[in-house]
This record gives sequence, structure tokens and C-alpha cells, in this order.
Amino acid sequence: MKTFTLHKGLVVGIDRPNIDTDMIIPKQFLKSIKRSGFGQNLFDELRYMDEGKPGVDCKSRILRDDFPLNYPRYTSASILLAQENFGCGSSREHAPWALEDYGFRVIIAPSFADIFFTNCLKNGLLPIVLSKKIVKYIFDQVEITEGYQLSVDLQKQVVITPSSDEFFFDIDEFSKRALLEGLDEIGLTLKESDLICAYEVEHMKNAPWIFGAIK
Amino acid sequence: MTGKTLYDKLWQSHLVSQREDGSALLYIDRHILHEVTSPQAFEGLRLAGRKPWRLDMNLATPDHNISTDSDERAAGVDAIPDETSRIQVKTLDDNCDYFGVREFKMNEMGQGIVHVMGPELGASLPGMTVVCGDSHTATHGAFGCLAHGIGTSEVEHVLATQCLVTKKMKNMLITVDGSLGSGVTPKDVVLAIIGKIGTAGGTGYALEFAGQVFSDMSIEGRMTVCNMAIEAGARVGMVAVDSKTVEYFKDRQFAPTGDTWTKAVSHWNLLQSDKDAIFDATVKLDGADIAPQVTWGTSPEMVLPVDGVIPDPNDEKDPQKRQAIIQALSYMGLKGGTLITDIPIDIVFIGSCTNSRIEDMRAAASIVKGRKIASTIKHALVVPGSQMVKAQAEAEGLDKIFMDSGMDWREPGCSMCLAMNADKLAPGEHCASTSNRNFEGRQGSGGRTHLLSPSMAAAAAIAGHIIDARFYTETAQ
Ligand code: SF4
Repeated sequence: MKTFTLHKGLVVGIDRPNIDTDMIIPKQFLKSIKRSGFGQNLFDELRYMDEGKPGVDCKSRILRDDFPLNYPRYTSASILLAQENFGCGSSREHAPWALEDYGFRVIIAPSFADIFFTNCLKNGLLPIVLSKKIVKYIFDQVEITEGYQLSVDLQKQVVITPSSDEFFFDIDEFSKRALLEGLDEIGLTLKESDLICAYEVEHMKNAPWIFGAIK
Repeated sequence: MTGKTLYDKLWQSHLVSQREDGSALLYIDRHILHEVTSPQAFEGLRLAGRKPWRLDMNLATPDHNISTDSDERAAGVDAIPDETSRIQVKTLDDNCDYFGVREFKMNEMGQGIVHVMGPELGASLPGMTVVCGDSHTATHGAFGCLAHGIGTSEVEHVLATQCLVTKKMKNMLITVDGSLGSGVTPKDVVLAIIGKIGTAGGTGYALEFAGQVFSDMSIEGRMTVCNMAIEAGARVGMVAVDSKTVEYFKDRQFAPTGDTWTKAVSHWNLLQSDKDAIFDATVKLDGADIAPQVTWGTSPEMVLPVDGVIPDPNDEKDPQKRQAIIQALSYMGLKGGTLITDIPIDIVFIGSCTNSRIEDMRAAASIVKGRKIASTIKHALVVPGSQMVKAQAEAEGLDKIFMDSGMDWREPGCSMCLAMNADKLAPGEHCASTSNRNFEGRQGSGGRTHLLSPSMAAAAAIAGHIIDARFYTETAQ
């Protein structure tokens, strides 16, 4: 897994609650059997005038001029600022894959949908929950300050503003370590193989019908 | 000591290890795979030189991406016209063959939408932990399972270790007491719940649905309700086990028999929350207050009773909510102040893992029987949730009823629920849909979805606009 320690980058805001994973990456792109290459179709319907099709080069497509990602001042943004319930809907991990492939490393919002939140962490993409008030403050700053950048320090769990204000955020210990060290989660779990095997022996005694039925 | 909730019990009995950092390793009893969220996971296994931890917990089927047209289906996987779809379905077949995962292939009896097929085969059973790379996995909670959707990295993790790294959720009890009025269905109940708590109301919680309305409800109906827990923000929705649950699983293909059955039943009968269990949040509704529901906007919480009036953004004081209403109305091509029953319908879709079981088929058929769909309806599709539902419906002659009315009877799959195959809306079309999401573009770019029950969808097909289905059940043909 990709590591995450420190990141400083340009912030772009999408000021709209309930952005769902269908919006982040529309379903026609889910037919791919790969993990990469989704960035050009990130927010496809909001970003382009025409309907996106898999395998089509996006360079010649006409961009919508009312979508923040398309404003020249945000072209190299790597921190996405969003509203409540970001990433709701389908469990598709293609959503974080697309965000990451586009170049985002951090998403800040007042709340995230559960499955999306987990999926981000598995892909070196850091979802940060900040209060509604702070998110509003950052939205305002981004609006009035061209080139507005934030720094994120995962070790210290803080978002640092250009004026050196620090906003603390929560993250569970396991995810923090996984991100900082780029852990192979499967490898880590397999280290507990003995526990899994011991559990299985007990489980088989208690609930034998669970085992061996599907052949 | 205070009592435990059903969720607490299932969590406890599947806990392999509680780690110091707060994460936990949970044992997974059933893992269901489909073509869209599994290829990268199998690829990951291959690259790391790993193999599935054990095979008898896994079950696969293609559903999301396959055609529902009978000629195309009959032509087989190699003839799938869209190349990327063909590769994806073949990749699932190849991966299952290579790793030895039990798959119900595209045209095999048993194939169906993951959440329809699991229970009907008795592959998912009460008391199990069930995961699948699809957010509607909570469906299996209807019979006392701890079931939820996972992402592709987790699919790979479960394949390799039979465990999920996860954290305990909080408990929420949603009680619907009293009884439902005639013509009010499980879909209406869940839409009313979402309307009440909102699409993020359940975030971080495992929901348990309880009360008279759920005791009275069939297992299929409970599946419809649990299915949409995710639309209330919750990964998990569940209903306790009762005698109906046990009855439902008798003689299912993968269900135990003989002495093991008896043992299993005595185990399942304990799957309820304790009387003194404490929930972190509780919500109450009265069944008698629930009317048939219809969504008018682009989020499942934008829902109203069929006799409702679409909100006028000018009446909304909260600026963010006002903006959301304006945005939704503009996308939906609707005006505030319009009667729900004045919404015109172009397309009707009866299907999806929310409402494609046999009782959904029966409910829809009972409305259209002896009637014709309105001339303004461009297409009305009925897509059974599985090969078994299809066979049963055909044995009951429901396919004829649909076709006689002018509806199209299709092959099982996800179809227009997410429009990954050719079944999709054209921009601007209004669809009366029994699926679970009315997000922008969900059923096709620019398409406008109205979520409702199977009988309400069938009624809309006859009327050509949204109408209270009870109008047809209460008037003779
Ligand atoms: S019918 Fe829709 S919600 Fe259900 S499994 Fe298929 S795509 Fe997912």
C-alpha cells in the first residue's frame, strides 16, 4: 500500500453535499478489470459536456466551465474539499482509485460515507473529517485566495493553514499506521493465521453447517 | 450486566482477534463475488502468489454487467457485443475456474443478482457474517445475518484470509409498530424510514428493524427493507430471526438437513436482541402513518407520500437545503408545487436486488393483469432477480400477464438498477423504478429516476404517470 506522511498541496472545493460514487466515477468505467487509468474520467459527467465512454481519449473532449476542477486556478489541486456525506452510494473502490489517479492525496469534508472512507484508506488517500464550521472557513479561504494551499501532517494529525492555524483530526491507530508505513494488510492478517485457524476449529464445532456446504 | 443487541452477538461470535489499535479481525462465513468488483482482487492475489484461504465460503455469479435480452443471453458469454463487458464477465469465469471458486455462470440455474441468489440458494443463512463487493449486501441482514458491502481491497483481503479488518459499529433500533394500511408495501416502509432519518442518518450504525410491521412482514419484504439500509447511510441493516425465517430456509440447496438442520435451527432461534439491550439511538415510526412512497429528487431522502406535493425551494429556510432542492428540481425537470401524481413516466423498471423476488413479481402482475400499459410508456421492463425467480414466475404464468399488458419480460441481472448494460434511460426520461438509487445519472446519463414499490411501478405503467396503486386494486378491471 502507498504511504502517506506529509502532504502540502493546492485545495479545490466542490460545494455540494451527498456527492455519490456514481458521480465520482460513472458506472461505464467500472467495466475495466484494471486498477489504474480512472483519473481522466473522475467526475466525468460534471466535468465534460459529452457523455464519457470507456477507452476514449479525454483530451479532445469539451470541458464544462462551471465545474471547479476545470477552473485554471485549480488545475494542479491535490486536496479536495467537500461537503457532507461525501462518497455515499455504491461501494466501488474505483472511486478512490479515480481520485488518486487524478492526483488527489487528501479529501476534507464534514462527513464521509463509511465504505468510501475505508476504501480511501486502503489506497493511500487520506479522508479527513473536520467540523462544518472549519470546512466552511476553508471553503471561504479557497474562494478568496488564489493558490490557497494546505499542509497535512498525518503523524501529528493536523491540517495546517497558510496562516499556521492547526486543525486536529481523528484517525484510528490501525489506519494511521497502515498509511504511515504502507503496510501490506493481508500480510499483517496472515501473521495471525494461528488465531484464524483456532477460531475456525471452534466455529466448526458450534456451527458445522457453515462449512463444506458450498462445493 | 446489560443485554446484547443482535449485532453485538453476531460481532462477538465472529471475532477472531481484537487488536490493541482498536481494529478487529472478524471471521467471514460467506463471501459473494461478482464480475465488477472482483477482477482487481483476484489479480492482487495472483501477483502476491496467494490463494483463497478456503473455498467453501465463496460463491460467485455475474449479474451487474450482463445483458437481460434473451437472444443476447442465449448467444453466450463469447457473443457479448460490448468488448469490455465481455472481458469482465470472462475474467470472472476464468478467475473462478482458476482458483476453484463455486460460480453460477451466466445462464446456469441458480444465477442471479448476488443478493437475490445468496438467500434463495441457502448460501447465506441466519447468523452468518456475509460480505460482498456491493453496498446492498445488507439485504442478507433480513434473516439475522451481519452483512455488509466491502471494497475491492477488502474483497482481496477476505479471499486471502477469510477475515475482514474492521471496527465495531454503533447500534440503532428502528421500530415500526402498528400495522400497515392495505396496499402499503415493505418498499414504502423503508423509503419512509429514509425520509425520516435522511441519507446519512444511519452512518456509523448497524440498524436493527423491529416492531409489529416487521413481524408481520415476509422474509422477502424484510430483504427489501434491509437492502436499503445503505441509503440511510448504514452499512448494516437487520431483522431478528423468527419462525418465518426458519421456514424460509427449509430445503434450500445449501441449507443443512437432518440433525444438522435441527442443530442449526436451535442456534438460529437465539438470534434476537436481548430485551434489556441498549441501543445508541432509537427511531420510531407508526406503520399506520405510512402511505405509498415516491421519490421526486436525486437522493432517496427526497421522498414523499403519493398524495404529496413537490416542495417549493422558496419555502425552505436552510440555504444548503434550498440549494439541494433547486439542484434536484432542475435535474429532474420538475417544478416545486407539482403534485406527485402529476409526474409523467416514460420508462418503467421492475427489478433490482431491492424488488425482483417472486413476491415483487406477483405484486406487479396483480396490478397489470388484464390491463394494458399506457401508450405513452416507451418501455416497461420486468427483470426477475434470478433464474429461480424467473422459472417460478413463468410457472405461475406471470410472464404472460406482463407480456399481455405490453411489458417486456427479461433475463435475470442488475439491469437498469445501475445501467451498466444496454438497459438505460435516455437523457430527460422519467423512470418509475423499483431499484434503490435515484442519483443523477444512475440509470443512464441525464435519466430521471423515481423510486417506488413494484405495485406502484406497475400502476405507473398503466396510468402513464405516478398514481396510487390502490386505485387499481380497489377498482374492478
Ligand atoms: S441490483 Fe443494483 S444494487 Fe443490487 S446488486 Fe445489482 S447493481 Fe447492486
